[in-house]
Amino acid sequence: MTALAHVPTPTGQPAAPPPLPRGGRRRLLPYLLLLPGAAWLLLFFAVPLFQLAAASLYDPSGSLSTGYALTWAFGNYPDALQAYWPQFGRSFLYAGIALVLAVLMGYPLAYAIAQKAGRWKSLLLVCVVAPMFTSFLVRTLAWKTILSDNGWLVGLLRDVHLLGPDGRLLATPVAVVLGLTYNFLPFLVLPLYASLERLDYRLLEAAGDLYASPVQTFRRVTLPLSMPGLIAGTLLFFIPATGDYINAELLGTPNEYMVGNVIDSAFLVRLDYPQGAALSFLLMAAILAVVFVYLRRAGTEEVL
Amino acid sequence: MRLTRWLADHWVMGVALLVLGYLTLPIAVVAALSFNRPSSRLSYDFNEFTLDNWQRPCATSDMCDAVVRSVQIGFIATVVATVLGTLMAFALVRHRFTGRSGINLLIFLPMATPELVMGTSLLALFVSAGVPQGFWTVVIAHVMFCVSFVVVTVKARLAGMDRRLEEAAADLYASPWQAFRLVTLPLVLPGIVAAALLAFSLSFDDFIITNFNAGTTITFPMYVWGAAQRGIPPQVNVIGTAMFAIALLLVGLSSLRGRRTRRVGLPAAPATGRRAKSPS
Repeated sequence: MTALAHVPTPTGQPAAPPPLPRGGRRRLLPYLLLLPGAAWLLLFFAVPLFQLAAASLYDPSGSLSTGYALTWAFGNYPDALQAYWPQFGRSFLYAGIALVLAVLMGYPLAYAIAQKAGRWKSLLLVCVVAPMFTSFLVRTLAWKTILSDNGWLVGLLRDVHLLGPDGRLLATPVAVVLGLTYNFLPFLVLPLYASLERLDYRLLEAAGDLYASPVQTFRRVTLPLSMPGLIAGTLLFFIPATGDYINAELLGTPNEYMVGNVIDSAFLVRLDYPQGAALSFLLMAAILAVVFVYLRRAGTEEVL
Repeated sequence: MRLTRWLADHWVMGVALLVLGYLTLPIAVVAALSFNRPSSRLSYDFNEFTLDNWQRPCATSDMCDAVVRSVQIGFIATVVATVLGTLMAFALVRHRFTGRSGINLLIFLPMATPELVMGTSLLALFVSAGVPQGFWTVVIAHVMFCVSFVVVTVKARLAGMDRRLEEAAADLYASPWQAFRLVTLPLVLPGIVAAALLAFSLSFDDFIITNFNAGTTITFPMYVWGAAQRGIPPQVNVIGTAMFAIALLLVGLSSLRGRRTRRVGLPAAPATGRRAKSPS
């Protein structure tokens, strides 16, 4: 009987493709479906951001055991920045260099998979995401082996005199930047690939027919058409790379520490919550500012 | 002349293969190191071949405890995040309601926020609310950052689904519940499974957010982090290699299945529109 009761439901619409049937009772349904997830995100994502803002304005003379008082101590911000501006700047410098390297490597890779790979396409795509199949920390540690002073890579570079006889790769900025590039490269390649895959090959042929050189074709046709993927990919790369401190810790030394290392120790070792919170907030604000300026200049604000 | 032509045609592929080498080299190193007997605790160089690590993966029992704990956390977080995210995806694709852009923003922002900021802000919340950090605060954090990825994945699958199939079910006297269970759910299920796998791998591998909210609870990534200072047992590479093999197996199985359904499915209903059929 229930089956019969529901079937015809004459909504007055023609039979062809009816728009979603809307009953009065069903108006509540979407909110019920959204409620648990939205509540979780509000409570454990949005509210904590306010809590972090509050913590960044705590009286810096307090401590975890005696408790903190919210004294609107805006001085925490300049103090934290003054103490740790090298680490702060290094985060953006390393992430920026890694981003340039990643674009130089990721663009040919995405292009080759999308346009040249033919039936090997899926296999090559699996290779791109393969690093994510194993633990982030374990594969970052693998770089310690590859870049080791006794490894073949350092030996080779010493032999061709790119490195001095005592030259090292491990525990240098080079290792940290290489690690960052490696760890976040798939995030750049995947959206770029999605963009390039949709690129119509006939447009490139048309450009050639109209006497465009390969370089011109790339600059005037391929690059503009792949821009949405490139922008999405660079953001997906840059945001986590700036906030990363695993590479700096495992592949670098305290001379390569990024702001994440400082925030980690502020919260977990030195237990200086106001300073850690202020640095965290500064990091987020700086990333947002960079992203905003970037999207402005790239001219596609609709990405966000 | 011929050589320059060939180079002009193929240099992109050459660069691409070099980059792929860069991306896959560390995995090969992890696999090789899983068969290594290190010369000392702090050495990362390949020393001598051995099968010991594979035969006794739990020789350092702390590590296996950490792996088990990561699996438990990953499992609970995946179930909760998949349910919450799937419900949200249904609401977003199937219903019209006011406040949609706000909800979309709430789902998008966690994916665009640095983990560091999410981790520290949750810590600030738990400390000020007096919640002791441990197993369950990690679960809460993991559900939080997995939900958005579940919503996005399930939404993509739902949006590509042909609504006429459900209407056909209704025409054939299926109740809404029957139509959902017999038509909608089987069609969306691959999306839900993919979302759950993604959520599990995000949870299992998370370090930064976990590190701020775990208290004294040790997950596998946290164990590796701590061990990196004291010397890494080679069994860590066994776990890394095994994870990789399992993930590869899952991808292989799903692509085999996709190929089969495509072969079986295509002749049966050639005209139903490509979107509803596309497998995986």
